[in-house]
Amino acid sequence: MIERTFILSTIVENKPGVLFRVANMFRRRGFNIDSISVGAIEETGLSRMTITIFGNENVAEQTVKQMSKLVDIIKIQVLDYEDAVRRELALIKIQVTSNKSLSELTNYCSIFRNRVIDVSPGSMIVEVTGTPEKIDAFLDIVSGYGIKEMARTGITALQRGTKK
Amino acid sequence: MSNMSGSKALLEGLWNEGARVVFGLPGGAIMPVYDAFLDSEIRHILARHEQSAAHMADGYARASGKPGICMATSGPGATNLVTGIATAFADSSPVIAITGQVATPTIGKDAFQECDTVGIVTPITKYAFQPMQSQEIPAIVKKAFKIASTGRPGPVLIDLPRDVQINVANMSFPKKVDIRGYNPHITPHPVQTKKAADLLMNSNKPMIWSGGGIIISNAAPQLREIAELLMAPVVTSLIGKGGFPENHPLSLGPIGMHGRPEANKAICEADCILAVGVRFSDRSTGRFDEFAKDAHIIHIDIDPAELGKNKKVELPIVADVGIALKSLIASLKRKIVKRDKTLWSKRLQEIKSQIREGDFGSSNELYQPKIVQKMRELLPSNGILTTEVGKNQMWGELYYQAIEPRTWITSTGLGTMGFGFPAAIGAKVAKPEVPVVDLAGDGSFRMTENSLSTCIEEDIPVTVVILNNSTLGMVEQWQRLFYNGRYSGVKLGNTPDFVKLVEAYGAQGLRAQSIKEFEKAFKEAINSEVTTVIDCPVAPEEDVFPFVAPGRGLNEVIFNSEDKN
Repeated sequence: MIERTFILSTIVENKPGVLFRVANMFRRRGFNIDSISVGAIEETGLSRMTITIFGNENVAEQTVKQMSKLVDIIKIQVLDYEDAVRRELALIKIQVTSNKSLSELTNYCSIFRNRVIDVSPGSMIVEVTGTPEKIDAFLDIVSGYGIKEMARTGITALQRGTKK
Repeated sequence: MSNMSGSKALLEGLWNEGARVVFGLPGGAIMPVYDAFLDSEIRHILARHEQSAAHMADGYARASGKPGICMATSGPGATNLVTGIATAFADSSPVIAITGQVATPTIGKDAFQECDTVGIVTPITKYAFQPMQSQEIPAIVKKAFKIASTGRPGPVLIDLPRDVQINVANMSFPKKVDIRGYNPHITPHPVQTKKAADLLMNSNKPMIWSGGGIIISNAAPQLREIAELLMAPVVTSLIGKGGFPENHPLSLGPIGMHGRPEANKAICEADCILAVGVRFSDRSTGRFDEFAKDAHIIHIDIDPAELGKNKKVELPIVADVGIALKSLIASLKRKIVKRDKTLWSKRLQEIKSQIREGDFGSSNELYQPKIVQKMRELLPSNGILTTEVGKNQMWGELYYQAIEPRTWITSTGLGTMGFGFPAAIGAKVAKPEVPVVDLAGDGSFRMTENSLSTCIEEDIPVTVVILNNSTLGMVEQWQRLFYNGRYSGVKLGNTPDFVKLVEAYGAQGLRAQSIKEFEKAFKEAINSEVTTVIDCPVAPEEDVFPFVAPGRGLNEVIFNSEDKN
């Protein structure tokens, strides 16, 4: 069976212990969370958890069913990977050893439409927003300069248009 | 609206939900609730260990169909409940556990007898509540009952910080509670039901495999109706025993590792299996890939996560099994049965006639199956049998014909030794008018034997039959069969003298050396007004056969130790 990434978009109660219950279910069933992002939504008291998992259809189906059983989960949908608007934010601290590399890196940033947030002696911090693939592509280009630190948020996503 | 303490609100909430009895054991952090018991009509039954309190609540729930309540203090009280809660969870039993907790300002400070009860029980409960304000209690109690007893039932825990028990608040008891993320789906999709009816109509060798869901949903009458309509034989899971009368001509008994050989053989030949309220446990199916590989499978269950979890099935139906069977019966009645029913019936007769008890029987005077069959003979059809776990349970599975729902109570999913005796006490509290018997082994009985004090002090007479082989018999059987007889850690020796032991508790102790003596003792026991324990010294080398070895298909039944290769 083909393995791929699934994006689970869930609406959950925003109260203590919910993340624990979700994480606990994954551990209990032997599933793995690739990334997770959580934040408030338009309705007070609720949050959206966007979880990506990697596996086959069966794993995805079991995950969704087991998630649905959790009392604190209000709604869960599997987003169509290609059709969903997917965004991730990364902060990347890159080593800068010379003025030459600074100008090259600034150039790459403008090609990728990234923002340079901070420049310090010996390093700079770049903010990259986009699909995970875009972030990966940028990392490929700049990894040669030396990446000192990185923080990625994990995917957050919404289905396009009116499709529920 | 009225002013009362959290403790009073708890007991009033329990009372409003129909609870009349709580099994528990107090400690510091639950003392305010114990104080409130003195002003409540709810009966408190004192256990001698919290694990037993949880099993009692479980036995009560399984015998009555209503949630059973157990209670313990914080820390060790709560952790002692864990085995009982996990047992209830594995067998979908509506147990509500109430635990004390340190006061809210102290939570997280590693206080005396503090532990993260909610964290510990989260994987083994449907939900766990921890109110931080007294006025939350009435709604939480209502929610706990709703979650525990609807959909696929299961345990719910309420962890009550001490100050939340004490504080007085203006309480309002809701008539109805909404839980946004909890809406069990109970009616089947009509298209799926129609498809199921077509599959069953067009099959030549239909078979019904029924599980605990039939009993939980009180759907035994519908099961019987559809079996008779289709003239389909019925096999059960271990927990499903009693969902279909095992003395009915269409009953083949349970399938699985220690299932009836005729049931295991027949299900391998069926061409269409209607699986209702089962969860495809490995102990029932044997190897998943070998199980019913040529049959169409229709699987009805209220828990969508069970559909396709262990085995992909052709036709999954999410519904309450009782409601689904009703609509399936209606669809079937509109059709004409095309198949020739006699061929399949003949084949089933043939399979049955090939199984001769003598082939795997023994000539021992106190042969365990004979004891079990004698118990069936002497108990009324509504008498309740609980079991422990091990050989006693497997002999019960093979040789005890359960006839009515809720009369066969055993820990199947978790397989908890020590369950049967306290569960029998809980069942007796639920059904004081019927005899309740625990079929035990000497190993299991010792795990919760101190519940004898509860029987005596609370006047709850039950019968315990100990198949006493002085060993942890099931492990010993596996060591004999699969470890070349290298016995490790299984010899229990000849202590204690069970007759003397139970007499020390004030119970009646009897010993049976022959079937005749057993019959006399058992008759006396089930009619006695005091808890009676019958010690039956049996041969340790007597193993449970027939048997399907782990990892094998159901068609590979072995009948004796020479068969195993």
